Formats: sequence, C-alpha cells, structure tokens
Amino acid sequence: MLDAKIPAGPLDQKWTEYKGHCKLVNPANKRKLEVIVIGTGLAGASAAAALGELGYKVKAFCFQDSPRRAHSIAAQGGINAAKNYQNDGDSVFRLFYDTIKGGDYRARESNVHRLAEVSANIIDQCVAQGVPFAREYGGLLSNRSFGGTQVQRTFYAAGQTGQQLLIGAYQALERQIALGNVTMYSRHEMLEVVVIDGKTRGIIARDLVTGELERHFGHAVLLCSGGYGNVFYLSTNAMGSNVTAAWKAHKKGAYFGNPCYTQIHPTCIPVSGDHQSKLTLMSESLRNDGRIWVPKKKDDNRKAADIPEEERDYYLERRYPAFGNLVPRDVASRAAKERCDAGYGVGTSKQAVYLDFAEAVIRYGKIECGKQGIDNPSAAVIRQHGLDVVKEKYGNLFDMYDKITGENPYEMPMRIYPAVHYTMGGLWVDYELQTTVPGLYCLGEANFSDHGANRLGASALMQGLADGYFVIPYTIGNFLADEIYNKPVSTDHEAFVQAEKEVSDRINHLMNIKGKQTVESLHKRLGKIMWEKCGMERTAEGLTEAIEEIRQLKKEFWSDVKIPGSISEFNPELDKAGRVADFIELGELMCIDALNRNESCGGHFRGEYQTPDGEAQRDDANYMYVAAWQYKAEHEWELHKEVLNYEVIKPTQRNYK
Amino acid sequence: MEHYNMNLTLKVWRQEDSQKKGNFETYKVENISSEMSFLEMFDVLNERLIQENKEPIAFDHDCREGICGACSMYIDGKPHGPWEQNTTCQLHMRAFKDGDTVVVEPWRAKAFPVIKDLVVDRTAFDRIIQAGGYISVNTGNAVDANALPVEKAKADESFASAACIGCGACVAACKNSSAMLFVSAKVTHLALLPQGGPERKTRVVDMIAQMDKEGFGACTSTGACEATCPKGISISNIARLNKEFTLASLLSEK
Repeated sequence: MLDAKIPAGPLDQKWTEYKGHCKLVNPANKRKLEVIVIGTGLAGASAAAALGELGYKVKAFCFQDSPRRAHSIAAQGGINAAKNYQNDGDSVFRLFYDTIKGGDYRARESNVHRLAEVSANIIDQCVAQGVPFAREYGGLLSNRSFGGTQVQRTFYAAGQTGQQLLIGAYQALERQIALGNVTMYSRHEMLEVVVIDGKTRGIIARDLVTGELERHFGHAVLLCSGGYGNVFYLSTNAMGSNVTAAWKAHKKGAYFGNPCYTQIHPTCIPVSGDHQSKLTLMSESLRNDGRIWVPKKKDDNRKAADIPEEERDYYLERRYPAFGNLVPRDVASRAAKERCDAGYGVGTSKQAVYLDFAEAVIRYGKIECGKQGIDNPSAAVIRQHGLDVVKEKYGNLFDMYDKITGENPYEMPMRIYPAVHYTMGGLWVDYELQTTVPGLYCLGEANFSDHGANRLGASALMQGLADGYFVIPYTIGNFLADEIYNKPVSTDHEAFVQAEKEVSDRINHLMNIKGKQTVESLHKRLGKIMWEKCGMERTAEGLTEAIEEIRQLKKEFWSDVKIPGSISEFNPELDKAGRVADFIELGELMCIDALNRNESCGGHFRGEYQTPDGEAQRDDANYMYVAAWQYKAEHEWELHKEVLNYEVIKPTQRNYK
Repeated sequence: MEHYNMNLTLKVWRQEDSQKKGNFETYKVENISSEMSFLEMFDVLNERLIQENKEPIAFDHDCREGICGACSMYIDGKPHGPWEQNTTCQLHMRAFKDGDTVVVEPWRAKAFPVIKDLVVDRTAFDRIIQAGGYISVNTGNAVDANALPVEKAKADESFASAACIGCGACVAACKNSSAMLFVSAKVTHLALLPQGGPERKTRVVDMIAQMDKEGFGACTSTGACEATCPKGISISNIARLNKEFTLASLLSEK
C-alpha cells in the first residue's frame, strides 16, 4: 500500500499543520547541503531560485542553451489564482473544487487544496519580481475566464503569460547564480540517477557540446523535467521536451503514476502534411470570445463566410448550454472529434472545426463606440473598433496563426483541431513531492499530482510555481534535516562509477547499431501508434494491438537505428536517439495503464465506457485510485494503488450542461 | 491560400567546432511544400543527409512557435529571414519560390562563438542578466499584488520590452555586434515598474559593464536591430537606456 503521507486534520488545516511541524535546517547547515535540480522551466527555475535563496548549494541543469528557453515559456493564456479580485464569488475552496471536478475526481484532495491555498502567493511573488501582468486603467490587475470555471480568476500577460512568468523565475535564478548559490549547467542532459543505500545521492549528466559524461553529487535531486507529450511525436511540446530524466528515475525505482492520462487540447492549428514536426496551440483564452462551430450540413464545401448563420452548428453551445464554449478541454476535444468523425469537419483535410471571432468583433466594436460617444456608427466603424479590441487582446495569437497557415484570422474564422498538449500523468509523488526513492523529488508537469485525469486551463503554470516557490522549500527541509550528518559522497564511489558505466555502455550500444532507419522515422511511427490507439479514444482491442506493435518497434529500434556522427561531439541525433528509446518504453506503459483502467475519466476515454449521450463514464467503485507502476523488468511492471479518499468533495458525474 | 512545391539551392555554413575553419556547402532540395516551415525544410534535408551517410546540419531550435528564442539562422543576409517580426521557426516556405538560392549562416559576433554549423554560444546574454537584470526579492517577501497599482500605460510599455525572447538577432544584425537592444529592453522592462525602482541606478550601470566585458560592440544607432527584432522591440528602448545610464552615472554616489 502506497503511503502518500497526507497530514492528519481537516483539509483546510493540513498544510498549515504540516508547515508548523516539519523539520527545519539551520542556516549554517543549509550551506553544507547540496541539491540538484533537473530542468529550468517554471518548476525547476523557481525551485532552484527559492532553494538558493534559502542558502542550499544548488546545481541546476537544462538541455537548452539557456534556462530561459524551457518550454514553460510557450504557455499562452494565463495563471489561475483564488484572489477573488473580481468579487465574483471566487475562493480557495472554489478553485480547489473546480480543479478536482475538472480532473474528473481522480486527483488527491490534500495536494489540490494546498495548490489553491498558495495560488494567491504566486501572483504576489510574480508581481514583486516585476512580471508585467495585464492591468486595468486604475492600475490594478486584470482577469479573464478559462475553461471549466464560472469565475474570472485567470491572470495574464497578453498571450505570453508563460513567457513572462518564466522570465521572472529565470531572473530570480540568474540572481542566485550571480550570488554563487546556484551553479548552472546548460546544454546538459541528465542520464542516470545515482542511488546509494536506498537514497538518491546524485546524477550522471552528459555535456551535450562535448559529449562527456559527468558525475554530480547531491543530497537530494529534484526532477522538474516537464511532460512527455512528445511520445505522440506530434504535440504542442517543444522539440526537445522528453521523458528521459523521469524515465531513468522510474527505472531506478520511482513509480510512474497514471501514465495514460494525456490532455488533448481542443484548439490547435490542424496538421497540414507529412512534413509536420510539431503542432501549435491557439490559447484557450480564445474561447472566451470565439465561438466554435461546424456546418449543419455534411461535407459542406462552401467558404465559412458563405454559410448563413442558421446553417451553422455551434455544437458546444448546443450540447453544454451552461458552460458553452468554455467547457473543459477533454470535453471540447471529444466534441470536435465527434463532429469531424461524423463528417461535419471543415478545411481540405476535413479534420478541423471553426473558431470564429466575427460576433466578438461586433460586440466589442459596439462597446468601444459607446465608450467613445460615437452616435449611430456604421457597420464598418463598429467593425474597425472591434478589430482593435480583439487585436489588443489576442494579437500575437492571430499573428501566429497567420504566419503558420497563411490565412488572415481577422477576415475568416480559424480552423482548429485537438492536439496532444499536456500529460497529467508523471512520477508518483507523496504529499511532500517525494517519489518512491528517498531524496528524489518530482515537481511540475513531470509529477502526476494535482490535475487528476484532466487539467483545467491556466493551472499548469500555477502548479509549476506552487511546487517550486512554496511547497518544496518546506518539504525538502523535512528530508534534509536528517542529512546534515551525512557528508557529500565522493563521485569516485563505486555507485557513481557503475552508473556512469551503464550510461556509457548504452550510448556505445546505440552508436554501434549502425542500422538503416533514422531516429526521426522511428519516432514518427511510435507517434502514429500512440495517436491512433492511445489518443483521444481508446479501446481494449486497440490498446492490446498497440502494446504488441510498440514491442515490435522497440526491437526494430535497437537493431536498426541509424545515428550519424560520433559520441564525443555536439550530436543532436544521438541526444534524440536516447530520448526516443525512452519514449518507446514509456509508450508501452501508457498503453498498459490505459488498458488496465476499464473506465473513462477526463482525458482518458475508453470507447467501451460512455454514457448514452457520449460523456465519459467513470467507475468509482473499481477505479478510484492512482495507478502507480513499478518497473520490474523489460515489458514487466507491477501495479500499486493509491486509493483516493474524498473527505470533502462528493464525486458525481461531471455536468457542464 | 494556394499551395505549391519548389526546388531550392541551399548554401549552408558548415563548421565542425569553434576551433576549426568553416565553409559554405551547397545542397539541392526538391519538392519542398510551401506549407512547410523553414526548419521543417531543414529536417527533410537532414533526414536525407543521414541516409546518405553524411553529417546532418546542426542548428538550434526548440519550441518552434516563435517564443523560446532558440532558433538563430541568418537567412539571405537577414537574421530570421525575410519576414518582418518573425523567427526562423515561424518562417514558412511560401516566402520562397521555385528555383531560389537561399544562403544560411550562423549568428556572427565575437561574443557568440560558433559551437557547430549554425549553433552559437549565447551564454553572454545570461551573464548580462546575472549582472543585474532582475529585481532582488526573495520568495515569500511579497505584499498583496494589488497593493501596488501600476499605471496601465507603463505596465503595457514594460510588457512590450519584456517580450524580448533573447534570441540575439539584434546582435547578429548589427554591424558592430552591439547588444544594446537586448540590454535596453531589460532595463526598460524593470525601470518602468515601481518594483524596479530601488535598483534602478545600479542595474543599468552593472549590465552595461558586463555587456562591454563580453565583447559586444558599441551602438551607432543604425536601427538594424529594431528592423530585425522578431518581437518588434523598439529602438526607443535604447534611448531610454542611454537616459537611465547617464542619470545613474551623474547621480552615482560611489
């Protein structure tokens, strides 16, 4: 039985109680304790900065050329916080409740409540750092709404909120580097965790410029290495986003939680051809003002502008009148797929739906004309004023759409389709964010913890920063307090030597295969299997096939992959080969997990388990647990269950109608 | 939008590492779709090179949506290529026509040494930020976010400067390899906010000192940086930087 170490007491007192009683490390001892942080996105940069500020000796690693480039930077829409600045009924409890419900009752209550509690501190901290959030004319912060909520609690900086938050965290990190509290290793990739006497004692990293392997000691290691959406090949993740750090930890004993929970985001730019290397998100914030529709007629080839209002099917508003276009992501994605599969899709591929701003332009135009005292404005004047407002709100997103598709979204509706965006699954962690390996922690998207089976919009940034700024600085002390008696282990220790040899052997093995198929082509094939059989809709039959196909693909990879260049040089193909090899193993586990979970919940939709009107049908009696998988041997995992106890919230069928 | 296919001639800078001498190599690419991004065209070429047992071309890239700042190709004499306010990853092949010859080089600047082919080392930018590009506030010290109102116009202007992605195109475009646009954007971002006030004088002086130390050139106001900046960072930031620097120097009590 897994122990999540949830503190006793009433839900809203747990975190306060924990903080009041966890062990502390005195400042003189902090200087002697070394912490390694892998990844410098919102979770990693904030953790490294916060721990550096506390006086720990920190080493931070990222595979990019600078910590500022981590993929958190691409988050667009915003960050949630229970500030209730809008006086519209928000509270810590509501944010907690919305997150649990949005996650389809598959998240741990205590963690989510803590997240909601610290959410307000995050906004305060970021503003103090100089994050230029959007403001009203009175100088106070502005808010907007996101999916799955009925209040306005999302703080934003145009469509670049992730960028601004990450730069805030990056600057805090650079400050600690300047002060000598953090040592930064960019263009480095973690390739192994070193465990001595059951405790994490360091890592093996590879310098991606020289190819050299390095040994680094740490009293604790924090994995903040992001999500694994690139297992699908095409996703909204950055090209370098990977599961490797988390997967190495998994194979060293860290359980993997709910690997099958994948978020397919409803509003992305559709695939244009076989050359496609990645997909681009159009922020969920667009659903505040944009209306989603398809023609009422099947195979309608008319241009959007030629389809009269009464022949348009605003299917989200029709099916979900209460939330309309702002239903959660999983619901919106499935609804789009349903329409396209039924033959109502638009564009040349017919795998797209419209996201239309025409009505918003007129609505905003009228308001602006009213504000400026323009009497009886003509349609053209209204439109012009409306376009200006839309441009201010979403300009960078519209420009991005224009650049990618060559179509002007101010003139015609955007075409969008769901794409892989986020992974709710990740390394299993307890209340303290510690994995099943002592001293090994996991933060941000890389862990499984807060979003259940579906994440709500604007909650990823919140979780990353909550974990890094406000949770780990407390919980890690509880572990490190007992480490003050342990001196740093020499990196000449047998365990380091052995770990480095394993890494080196694996790299040599990869380079010596000298087969015929490129890494990219094998990755594409993995992605196709995953998207078709472990994507938006899964079935027992498809998953069983997928497991077999992936095992076959793994054999092919390890006997026929072709990697150019050599080991001791800058060799991106070799880096990618190592990552794809790990994705293949992860893909198998995701399918095994999806097959085990005989229910539909959130982003995990099993075709066999749906309500009569096509909604996800949970099975709380049998599956109200976190599936934490322990790696045993090749193709072999053991399932451990963390039963979810809902003390405060009563799980019901999610209803957004 | 009409889609079409094209054949192109590429002249690409190849350089084994920072020590070796580089040279241009010529490659023909065929049947490139106008819907591809520029980097996807490079993906196609690299896949072919690997199959032909040749070294693929190394280039930096990550998010491929114009925000991480990793991509850095100097295309036909212009950082990030022909489109206005655009990054290489967002450049699409409809910018070119059948039969075109395209020349691709790395960023060229003393402070950005070449690592391999089109990949350069831009850690000098990180060190400039380390010199003062932040507000010194430890976690947990913040007051309520709305306790400190910020004039909307200033907040908007600050955001416009903070939108810099640190790609280095401004340096690559400048005949002096000056980093003034990059530094000025950060100084402006923080100087316009009340939170940035206490360190306003030291920040600008320290960042400029580090910039000089890294070997970036001086600014002669040609405006090439603004013209190539993918995020439209205005040259007026440099005017503000000069003002901030002059004031800080005059009022310095050290």
